[in-house]
Amino acid sequence: MSLDPATVRRIARLARIGIDESDLPALQGELNGILGWVEQLNEVDVEGVTPMVGTGHAALRTRDDVVTDGNCRDAVLSNAPDAVGPFYTVPKVVE
Amino acid sequence: MSLTELTIADAAAGLRARKFSAVELVRAHTDAIAALNPRLNAYITTTSDAALQAATHADEALAKGEAKPLTGIPLGIKDLFCTSGVRTTAASNILKNFVPPYESTVTANLLRDGAVFVGKTNLDEFAMGSANITSAFGPVENPWKRNGDDAALVPGGSSGGSAAAVAAGLAMGATGTDTGGSIRQPAAYCGIVGLKPTYGRCSRFGTIAYASSLDQAGPMARSVRDCAIMLQSMAGFDVRDSTSVNCDVPDYSAAVGRSLKGLKVGIPAEYRAEGLSAEIEAAWQRGIEWLKAAGCEIVDVSLPHTKYGLATYYIVAPAECSSNLARYDGLRFGERVPGDTLDAMYEATRRAGFGPEVRRRIMMGTYVLSAGYYDAYYLKAQKVRSLIRRDFTESFQKVDVLLTPTAPTPAFAQGEKTDDPVQMYLNDIFTVPASMAGMPAMSVPVGLGATGLPLGLQLIGRPFDEETLLAAGSALESAAGFTHRPVIRAEGAK
Repeated sequence: MSLDPATVRRIARLARIGIDESDLPALQGELNGILGWVEQLNEVDVEGVTPMVGTGHAALRTRDDVVTDGNCRDAVLSNAPDAVGPFYTVPKVVE
Repeated sequence: MSLTELTIADAAAGLRARKFSAVELVRAHTDAIAALNPRLNAYITTTSDAALQAATHADEALAKGEAKPLTGIPLGIKDLFCTSGVRTTAASNILKNFVPPYESTVTANLLRDGAVFVGKTNLDEFAMGSANITSAFGPVENPWKRNGDDAALVPGGSSGGSAAAVAAGLAMGATGTDTGGSIRQPAAYCGIVGLKPTYGRCSRFGTIAYASSLDQAGPMARSVRDCAIMLQSMAGFDVRDSTSVNCDVPDYSAAVGRSLKGLKVGIPAEYRAEGLSAEIEAAWQRGIEWLKAAGCEIVDVSLPHTKYGLATYYIVAPAECSSNLARYDGLRFGERVPGDTLDAMYEATRRAGFGPEVRRRIMMGTYVLSAGYYDAYYLKAQKVRSLIRRDFTESFQKVDVLLTPTAPTPAFAQGEKTDDPVQMYLNDIFTVPASMAGMPAMSVPVGLGATGLPLGLQLIGRPFDEETLLAAGSALESAAGFTHRPVIRAEGAK
């Protein structure tokens, strides 16, 4: 599996990470290096093996459906890069 | 003895005996930070004034006989733990001005037990790295030097600031987090003890996430007993972490120095890997002899999927990282870089906010989770992860604990191994498998190599059996008699 420049561009788009054309060759080389190296997993026979999705020590649990927090609007907004009053702002998305 | 040379256990006793005050103890450390941090860069943010104020309260508590286990003990906190009202950056530009309005569970537990925080320690950006060279706040220098060579060495990573601070006497202990070796490998590189608990032992609430199925907080300190004291405070069930495990926290200090008679210690053949330095192999052999002399039975075991641990890690961890770091979108918190459209704003924000290694891991993760590649990479890695865990589970039917090297080499110089990401990843070859399986593991310094740098051995235990790690770790510690100190340290610093 080898990534071409178009695929690298597509991944960057999916990840919402801006890249310059000048970044592409180095990035392509590094990602291909890592992907080539993980190819070694193809040697492993995983027929019938269940994928591991957790260590299995913590069982999912439910909690009472009650409010445990709240009334902290200012704290929530305290790190917003561009809050206006009690609101987050976003760039205009509708023409 | 200088106050910055004491262990936590001795300092706690000294405070109770009124040999020195908490203010004196904390001031010795804040003075050392002022003197040495400009060079070592172990702390991103220092909180000396707040620490001295907390020390005053600690002295009041001591005077009233109300001291708790960590009252007056100065600790460093990895800058990945949210600390209420104190900037928490994850060593990233995207969070460079983030001030959490809440406290992580682990740091809240330490504060409950009286600890005094002297600052937030440096790390690889979002804990992604093995040399503490990816921090947006600059690299950390290892306080150790090769014999006759002043080259700046890396402290390991990602908890490199915590390791350097503890080694140099800029904190008595520090919190770390370990995703693939980020407590154990820097502990080995800096000649201190570092313990990664069982996954689920310490709450992840309020710890900035990298790879959630692997991240685990743990203590870093200058003795095995000090790690036990810190873990006692840090561990415990937390309803706010869905992977926190509700089981009793035993008396960890009681395990330190416990008899090892009849303990079965496994030596996994696969850790005699290519690239293992001769001096570390020799240290491993000495460790085997010491445990044998302490009454252990040595058993050869096999963990056949060891060599696939790293490749599995570099699929699973980036996949989880790409999901976790999707929250940094410039909207709700963190830095924002404007763009003409919402997508352009996201892309500009994330390009400027993340460094190259974080961007690379997000992209790797995005790719292995993308349509058409999920089964080939991510699902396959999860299956191999099952096999890695099975290797451990089967070994632990035969033995009680495993002994291995922590890292294949001692600390290397800043600037080495930076051309190829895969070469850097190989530093974690011995620490990643226990992380993938969720097993507890600890690194203990056992001696100096030919160039005068510390070498660490790793103990890996059964789930929730940190006590056996502490018992075996204290035996290694006593046998090794490791009293060496780094060249750059607080003692004598003014």
